[in-house]
Amino acid sequence: MSGLEPLFREEHEAYREAARMFVSNEVAPHAEEWEQQRDFPRDLFKKVGEAGFFGAKFPERWGGTGPDYAAEAVWIEELSRAGTYGTASDLGAHSQLAALYLDRFGDDDQKNRYLRPSIEGRWLGALGVTEPGAGSDVSAIKTWARRDGDEWILNGSKVYITNGARADYVIIAAKTSSDPDHDGITLFIVDTDTHGFDRNRMKMIAWETSHTGELFLNDVRVPDANRLGNIGAGFRQIMANFQWERLMMSLGAVALAELSLETAIDYARERSAFGRPVIKFQVWQHRFADLAVRIRTGKALTYRALRHHIASENGVEVPREDLVRLTSMAKLYTQRMAWQVADECVQVHGGAGALTEYPAQRYWRDARVGSIGGGTDDILRNLIARTIGLGAA
Amino acid sequence: MQLSPFTEEHDLLRKAVGEWVDTEIAPHLAEWEEKGDFPDDVFRRAGELGFLGLSFPESAGGQGGDYWAQVVFLEEVGRVSQAIAMVLAVQTDMATPPILEFGTQEQIDKWLKPAFRGELVGAIGITEPDAGSDVASIRTHAERDGDEWVLNGSKMYITNGARADFITMVVRTGEREEGNPWAGISMFIVDTSLPGFSVSKKLDKAGMKMSDTALLYMDDVRLPADALLGVEGEGFRQIMWELQGERMAGSVFGVAGARAILEEATRYARAREAFGRPIGEFQAVSHRLAEMATEVEAAQSLIYECCDLWNRGIYATEGIAMAKLAIGQLSNKVADEAVQTLGGAGLVEGSFISREWLGARIGRIGGGSDEVQRQILARIMGIG
Repeated sequence: MSGLEPLFREEHEAYREAARMFVSNEVAPHAEEWEQQRDFPRDLFKKVGEAGFFGAKFPERWGGTGPDYAAEAVWIEELSRAGTYGTASDLGAHSQLAALYLDRFGDDDQKNRYLRPSIEGRWLGALGVTEPGAGSDVSAIKTWARRDGDEWILNGSKVYITNGARADYVIIAAKTSSDPDHDGITLFIVDTDTHGFDRNRMKMIAWETSHTGELFLNDVRVPDANRLGNIGAGFRQIMANFQWERLMMSLGAVALAELSLETAIDYARERSAFGRPVIKFQVWQHRFADLAVRIRTGKALTYRALRHHIASENGVEVPREDLVRLTSMAKLYTQRMAWQVADECVQVHGGAGALTEYPAQRYWRDARVGSIGGGTDDILRNLIARTIGLGAA
Repeated sequence: MQLSPFTEEHDLLRKAVGEWVDTEIAPHLAEWEEKGDFPDDVFRRAGELGFLGLSFPESAGGQGGDYWAQVVFLEEVGRVSQAIAMVLAVQTDMATPPILEFGTQEQIDKWLKPAFRGELVGAIGITEPDAGSDVASIRTHAERDGDEWVLNGSKMYITNGARADFITMVVRTGEREEGNPWAGISMFIVDTSLPGFSVSKKLDKAGMKMSDTALLYMDDVRLPADALLGVEGEGFRQIMWELQGERMAGSVFGVAGARAILEEATRYARAREAFGRPIGEFQAVSHRLAEMATEVEAAQSLIYECCDLWNRGIYATEGIAMAKLAIGQLSNKVADEAVQTLGGAGLVEGSFISREWLGARIGRIGGGSDEVQRQILARIMGIG
């Protein structure tokens, strides 16, 4: 058959309806209040879990309803539209990073102890890779784990760990050898109530409701049963998962940009200048049209990358290079696009664009994180350049 | 999840079109551009090879393929020349589809079948010296006289205009009504051999010099009754339908062109050395080209979504306007970055990159300017 297979089927539309209903009942009505408080209740995880929205990409055996990445994409889009992006980010760090790592790399015992309660929303996770001295350059991390019988002793620190200030467990990347060939990194599931584990919640100018943490590990003892995957496999595990993280961020950014534009258009209809609504000025009609084009283009690219991801999850032979290239491109395109869209949307608000009373500035601040987290724009350009045969030899 | 919209049959077609393009088109492009002309034979050969009616039904003399077959054709031509892609698309995606959509069997037999064989060249006649995107303002008019129509007026910037055997033309046949742009406009198939039809000027352009672009003049041209295409007074709606396919085609070959230009710039960046290493190893160059590659993939994703809908018979007006706007700009940006990457070599007359840089500028004007696309989008978004 020629043509493109539809990405979303009928059951996904039903899932979207359910997700939209959940978000409009349980998230959106509280968005402004949570943002004012720079916090949201832990209880939300439980509600999401009970409603089944952590389960789409996980198998039934561990309490999921999948794996169905198209359904997961639907959930991400709907949640991101709630207008409290930091909240979506915490939920994402828990489900799209920590829980997904457990599903991919965990053994049955680990899945039983950590994945099942994560899908239920009772036990919260985070992923700890970035450090004060190593971000995109993962192999430069300094946190290290030393074996001591059946245990490992971890020392080091992590920063910018989304959901890390509230998580019950953090999947920590640590050096287990001085091997420079990326083989020296291993992942550990670390309970945050373990002796020697300390943390702060970081104060950020964006994602204000999120519990972004700075973590300190001082002789933290972790049983070998909590080692996630093989010794030395950490770097490859992290790299493998970047594709989904970047896709998830792309889906979120497109949804945030859509929300931002809709909010700005509504404002432009209400606000008058020189005797007519701002929306009646052609420059704004055309600018909004341009923004809509950028959003739709980013969405088309994201969906294309998502098709590749789903095909690859379903066992179709997808060249890894295509997957990496398209996903990197989607992430690069959408994160900057969302921020630029949000910036124009602040502009149409005029003075009100600077007021916290209006969400426009928040969308703008929240969108800014996207070009940094999950691989910076420059890192992605490096990756893309490599796929077209350019860059340093 | 199927990742490519193309089947093996499409791949074979791509190979066939590609061979034709590489052997019979590409080697002559520099010469044609310098001369400001290309041989009619291009149409005849394309017709012989069966490339001019790929997605048209066999009953109308076409090949019976789906829209993706046409996409293959446009992409293969577009990767070597935007100018030749445009003149061929005028034939396949502009002048002929309205005849199939709105024409009678007699019109199909008389105009469409020979056009698919490459024996007749078609053009689309919308723009006039005083009306372009604002179609309702056209002045060329036809009055009934017994069984015939008497046509008077002029058409401007008509691609293939100087060599066309027929022109699918929008003409005023009734009074203009205030606030109703749809009123009083009809479409005709104008036979250019009729007395009173003349090409008053072949226009000299800054880019796409090889394509012929003409100012046409019609002085009491007597059209037979069967020259009317579709329904009298329905021409505005009919031409708006035509423009969808036109914008689709331009976007499809536009992306293919941008991709080819980018590949050429990338090859150059790998080969050209400066300061002791290939310039593609400099991050400033590689990141710029990575950005362009991202934009090309994004635009292609968008137009493929539109193609897929089109192939299912859904005219995604919003998506098409978006693609037209985005790709017109993208082609210019990519061509410009390519010139920058090639340095002096990008400015040499007769080179692929310099030719395409000049030609790309037309993409933001023809088929409805950027501003018109934005206006359409604003209307669809409920804000214009």
